[in-house]
Amino acid sequence: MAEEVKLFRTWSSRYSLRIVWALKLKGIEYETIFEDLTNKSPSLLQYNPIHGKVPVLVHDGKPVCESLVILEYVDDTWKHNPLLPQDPYEKSMARFWANFGDDKLMKSIWQLFIAHEKDQDVAAVAALENLKIVEEQLKGKKFFHGETIGYLDLAFGWIANLVSIIEEIMSLKLVDGERFPHLSSWIQNFMDAPVIRDCWPPRDKMIIKYQVGREKHLAAATPK
Amino acid sequence: MAKDDVKLIGAWPSPFVNRAQIALNIKSVKYEFLEEKFGSKSELLLKSNPVHKKIPVMIHNDQPICESLVIVEYIDEVWSSGPSILPSDPYDRATGRFWAAYIDDKLFPAIRGIGTADGEEAKKAAIEPVIEGLAYLEEEFIKSSKGKNFFGGDKIGYLDIAFGSFLGWIRVTEKMNSVKLIDESKTPNLFKWAEKFCADNSVKDVIPDTDKLSEFAKVLMAKLRNPQN
Repeated sequence: MAEEVKLFRTWSSRYSLRIVWALKLKGIEYETIFEDLTNKSPSLLQYNPIHGKVPVLVHDGKPVCESLVILEYVDDTWKHNPLLPQDPYEKSMARFWANFGDDKLMKSIWQLFIAHEKDQDVAAVAALENLKIVEEQLKGKKFFHGETIGYLDLAFGWIANLVSIIEEIMSLKLVDGERFPHLSSWIQNFMDAPVIRDCWPPRDKMIIKYQVGREKHLAAATPK
Repeated sequence: MAKDDVKLIGAWPSPFVNRAQIALNIKSVKYEFLEEKFGSKSELLLKSNPVHKKIPVMIHNDQPICESLVIVEYIDEVWSSGPSILPSDPYDRATGRFWAAYIDDKLFPAIRGIGTADGEEAKKAAIEPVIEGLAYLEEEFIKSSKGKNFFGGDKIGYLDIAFGSFLGWIRVTEKMNSVKLIDESKTPNLFKWAEKFCADNSVKDVIPDTDKLSEFAKVLMAKLRNPQN
């Protein structure tokens, strides 16, 4: 029986992109279902009743949720072109850094993005500190695991796209070539990689979406 | 080949540290437990986990591994000849990892929320998401145990460790707030599982006794309300 692979995603979800890239790297054919999260499909709610979020990978009718869990599932199931390192220590470092990316780095960049002007300096310090930590990890490497794209590149992939969008909206430079030479190179290499470059969501649509989102947050948290 | 040198930086009340201890016990790995003093962080901890400065940190042949679930998976992969912790099927592994993430991201903060809720109304509101989460886990237990004693089947597995490590704190929360969370009538499978889990050889000396943990919880709450230098 032929394998059936479906991916529930939205046009802009950075978490869903991780799975798009992973499936492309592995050469897996799949069906895409685009969701409107303001009007979730019954299928999405059936496959992800706990969170109702994207991405959800459905493999032969069985759903897998949470992007980093899905990445490991894809790697466990289709063993060619491995995403994670084979060595247990290297693998544990990859998992550690992916968690850092989502728990600390992304949060601090988001905090900066929605900060009121008076809070921006403090928020920027935290974001830059976390970016510096990532910069250190890239020293002497083209991609996080060496010469080829792997798990951590997919986990951090959102940086390559989202940071420049945030920089444009806020008219500031977060990742400059002088302070972040390795991260800047990585961003360029990753953005242009053949497997990655055709998957980015339309930039103008993203700018509008994030601008609107930012305005909503700033309005809701207006200081007295 | 060098003999395995395993150290675990931790503290007895931490459920995250308990996860690493249980995994090491399952694999019969001898390790040196370096107890952190409550309220301060050792130089070794700061050096081994400079990013988060948190416990647990496992140091294996001088290499530090951080984050409790990362440590558990590492232990399973390195000591592969011992009883396996993660299931072998990719889908079952994904399911276990999904629920472990749910426990860390949603359930544990909700349980903590009961302890910090002020007043009856707030407590009632705080208890609801915990009851909901435990109902999900009751369902998951039925699916994944397939009639056996543990989430992992015949023996303790990844999700047993991820969830079971919180049983000490769940019991403290029940005791200090006069509420039943893992209820024999509402979550009968979890109720039975909890007893079996805590009695298991790999677990019984790890999960702290409820009275001892309650005393610690009172000290912790007092410190949180009156932080001193």
